[in-house]
Amino acid sequence: MKFAVIVFPGSNCDIDMYHAIKDELGEEVEYVWHDTESLEEYDGILLPGGFSYGDYLRSGAIARFSRVMQEVVKAANDGKPVLGVCNGFQILLESGLLPGAMRRNESLSFICKPVQLKVENNQTMFTGEYELGQTITIPVAHGEGNYYCDKDTLARLKANNQIVFTYEQNPNGSLENIAGIINEKGNVLGMMPHPERAVDELLGSADGLKMFQSIVKTWREAHVVKA
Amino acid sequence: MYKVKVFVTLRESVLDPQGKAVTNSLHSLNYPEVADVRIGKYMELTIEKSDRDIDEVVNEICSKLLANPVIENYRYEVEEVVAQ
Repeated sequence: MKFAVIVFPGSNCDIDMYHAIKDELGEEVEYVWHDTESLEEYDGILLPGGFSYGDYLRSGAIARFSRVMQEVVKAANDGKPVLGVCNGFQILLESGLLPGAMRRNESLSFICKPVQLKVENNQTMFTGEYELGQTITIPVAHGEGNYYCDKDTLARLKANNQIVFTYEQNPNGSLENIAGIINEKGNVLGMMPHPERAVDELLGSADGLKMFQSIVKTWREAHVVKA
Repeated sequence: MYKVKVFVTLRESVLDPQGKAVTNSLHSLNYPEVADVRIGKYMELTIEKSDRDIDEVVNEICSKLLANPVIENYRYEVEEVVAQ
């Protein structure tokens, strides 16, 4: 399986993401610059964290109009897995691939620490390797992770089981402790915590690795013909 | 040429953590009469005249990029000016 890590000016978790895929997961991965005009050759798209375009105007607001985002939308429509972490999640929200928006953290502080997440849905291509209700430890690092959506959207998210991760202890004021959501089709996931920073016990947790393993497993089941 | 002033504010239903912190700070500065502070953004755009209606252009710009309709409202003022 071949992954693309999209790099915007101001991305800073791209190298962690690349390392997670190449060295810990053992799959193919390439950096892809934000002005790239085709993602045809990639099987999975990763939008890393950071401060794309300096977070000017709103987090993700400017990155969402970069050339490559047209291709990310196309990949999403084609059913390819698209994962947005932290700033990547914010870009997915701004682009409308996921519903809702981010507000400043309730405390106004930048929060950088490991948090416990609850797996609310393990029937997705991103979470198949987790147990339902399992608690996993993944670090967060953000100033704007206070998820918000209106009542109707929240009802839809719940009805379709689109809330994939919640915080055990809410660090940022996020609505209903939401840490990560998926689109209705089930192939676009956005989350504030950083699974790519939890891929080896040396980093304090390897709980994030299962997310990437889930993606690969689902992809192999669909694409690799058994001999 | 137009000078356009755009004001972007959080929707009323959306909690404003910055505004809340400033309200608390004003209370500690002994202004108990300050009931609420909402923080927004102010932008000035200079737009050249074109075939298109200026309101149409500004509304498009605001809803596409300058404001996020999920959490923000916008309003604007247009002033026609002579190019310098």
